[in-house]
Amino acid sequence: MAQVFPKSSNTLSKASIVVAGIVLGAVGLATININRTTYVTTQSMPIEQVVQFTHTHHVGSLGLDCRFCHTAVEESSYAGIPPSKTCMGCHSVVWKDAPILEPVRESFRNDTSVEWIKVHDLPEFVYFNHSIHVNKGIGCESCHGRVDQMPLMMRQNSLNMEWCLACHRAPEQFLRPKDQIYTMGWDPEKALGMTQAELGAKLKLENNVQSRTNCATCHR
Amino acid sequence: MKLHHAAFVALLALGVASCRQDMHDQPKHKPFTRSALFKDQRSARPLVPGTVARGQLMEDEHLYLGKVDGKPAETFPAALADAFGGGGEWQQRMLARGRDRFQIQCTPCHGSVGDGNGMIVQRGMKRPPSYHIDRLQKSPPGYFFDVITNGFGAMIDQKDRVKVEDRWAIVAYIRALQLSQNATVADVPAEHRDELDHPKPRTEGQTPETQHGR
Ligand code: HEC
Ligand code: HEC
Ligand code: HEC
Ligand code: HEC
Ligand code: HEC
Ligand code: HEC
Repeated sequence: MAQVFPKSSNTLSKASIVVAGIVLGAVGLATININRTTYVTTQSMPIEQVVQFTHTHHVGSLGLDCRFCHTAVEESSYAGIPPSKTCMGCHSVVWKDAPILEPVRESFRNDTSVEWIKVHDLPEFVYFNHSIHVNKGIGCESCHGRVDQMPLMMRQNSLNMEWCLACHRAPEQFLRPKDQIYTMGWDPEKALGMTQAELGAKLKLENNVQSRTNCATCHR
Repeated sequence: MKLHHAAFVALLALGVASCRQDMHDQPKHKPFTRSALFKDQRSARPLVPGTVARGQLMEDEHLYLGKVDGKPAETFPAALADAFGGGGEWQQRMLARGRDRFQIQCTPCHGSVGDGNGMIVQRGMKRPPSYHIDRLQKSPPGYFFDVITNGFGAMIDQKDRVKVEDRWAIVAYIRALQLSQNATVADVPAEHRDELDHPKPRTEGQTPETQHGR
């Protein structure tokens, strides 16, 4: 009986093991890294809303403090999205009849909600809390970026677990004095003449900031 | 043959990677989540009218309404001492808090010294009166509390955004502003009078707090 396999299949089968290994490895790497791409995290993609609300105008040029609208951020887990009444405090006079603001006026008249699309949305098996970050000295900017330069809100960071952990392992890279939490574009060198390393080390001690990497910190 | 298998495993792996959403969106409600159960689609439900949470009866008219015997209170409520931590320095703490809250909630319209020349006014908001006019100088604290709580003319009420204790703290700070805008050199402590003519330079990015290390 003739041989079923030619002799060359010996080499082929050996080679195919190597090739399969490489392909599997590549696929594995790809699956890990695809979750880091901006395509999956939808990072840096501006989001269109029903009302073209701009932080550039309201924060950048009018100089409103974040807490004028995001009132809960110091005391609770969520920062809160302002009710249309907050907008109407100004927009019942300023730009009173602008068509662009009609959804806000309608919501105020009929007591309905303006349907803002969530830009930051952690999976629901993750526990996050704004108040501890803000009170321990992490500025909005460290996580949300230069909000005052965003005509439309977008996600500055991936919100991946590795991103949270990069800071939780060494929070001193980001710590700020408590009166600068809401400032955009704050720079320790210019304001205090200190490097971030010096300032971070000092504030970490002063405010007793811990490095929290235990799984139960965020998965509870 | 082997390649076939590899392709199959690769497909499987991609499949696993793509079904990530099941535990991401659980049927529980987080703040602001939509709910199909209610007509207004809000998962956060308003309190039934008349609900009183334990310990929140709000009996203290002076504290919660700014009124004593139905008239705007001439004094600050006694309960504030506890709210701001008591001890010898609660008034300083209250003023500091008031300054902070005033700058967040009121300066956009009323300006940082309360002259009614805030940023929003420059962009078309109705101009509020200055706090330093005679009428408002003479208005009692309870009156200011009432304006914050219930609004006044073109100014909507701020009660959703400013807590009761913070409203009083703001009123105290407005009183301090009123004093400061009518202060004379004699009111400045002797050891600081020199600084009036020779203010210390402030470097870029410094605020009054960081400058004086307060
Ligand atoms: C005039 C009111 C106002 C002020 C002041 C304001 N915001 Fe907002 N913010 C909004 C509104 C309304 C939205 C929802 C619409 C949107 O996403 O653009 C929002 C959305 C956001 C979001 C995205 C929320 C999401 O959907 O995930 C972030 C982050 C944010 N704001 C940060 C800030 C920071 C930081 C500041 C201060 C520097 C600030 N905001 C000041 C009104 C305000
Ligand atoms: C403290 C006052 C104030 C509040 C509160 C406020 N706005 Fe405005 N808004 C302004 C002013 C002033 C302008 C005009 C900006 C200018 O002249 O540069 C403006 C402009 C706008 C515009 C026009 C487009 C633009 O950005 O120039 C939109 C849309 C808008 N606001 C939406 C909102 C919404 C939605 C809210 C509530 C979340 C809100 N605003 C809250 C003061 C306010
Ligand atoms: C440590 C990082 C971090 C800091 C600091 C931070 N945020 Fe956030 N923020 C987040 C994350 C993560 C989410 C998404 C939360 C979710 O989906 O449950 C979020 C969501 C929000 C939202 C959407 C509504 C909500 O609460 O879910 C707003 C508005 C917001 N942040 C504003 C602010 C403001 C204003 C500050 C500064 C005072 C701030 N954030 C500081 C990480 C941060
Ligand atoms: C820029 C730095 C930074 C980032 C990014 C960050 N954190 Fe934090 N986080 C901190 C600091 C600082 C603390 C306070 C630690 C302490 O001293 O207790 C903290 C505390 C927490 C706590 C409270 C811990 C406790 O025991 O009460 C939770 C929960 C948390 N972070 C979740 C998250 C999640 C989830 C993310 C990512 C979405 C995240 N954090 C991203 C800096 C950060
Ligand atoms: C600082 C907060 C934080 C800590 C600490 C943390 N995680 Fe996470 N974890 C997250 C966040 C945020 C996500 C969601 C990432 C995403 O959206 O892709 C996550 C996702 C996960 C997932 C799901 C991945 C997926 O895509 O479905 C697993 C599993 C997980 N974490 C396990 C752990 C384990 C095990 C530990 C302890 C060694 C841990 N985590 C510690 C924040 C944290
Ligand atoms: C959106 C702009 C705006 C904001 C924010 C605002 N006000 Fe006003 N305020 C006004 C305007 C406009 C008037 C004048 C109303 C009128 O005469 O119709 C006014 C009037 C007043 C008056 C004078 C009432 C009188 O008898 O003449 C007081 C006191 C006052 N505001 C206090 C406050 C305090 C305290 C805050 C902060 C908690 C605040 N306001 C925030 C716009 C604002």
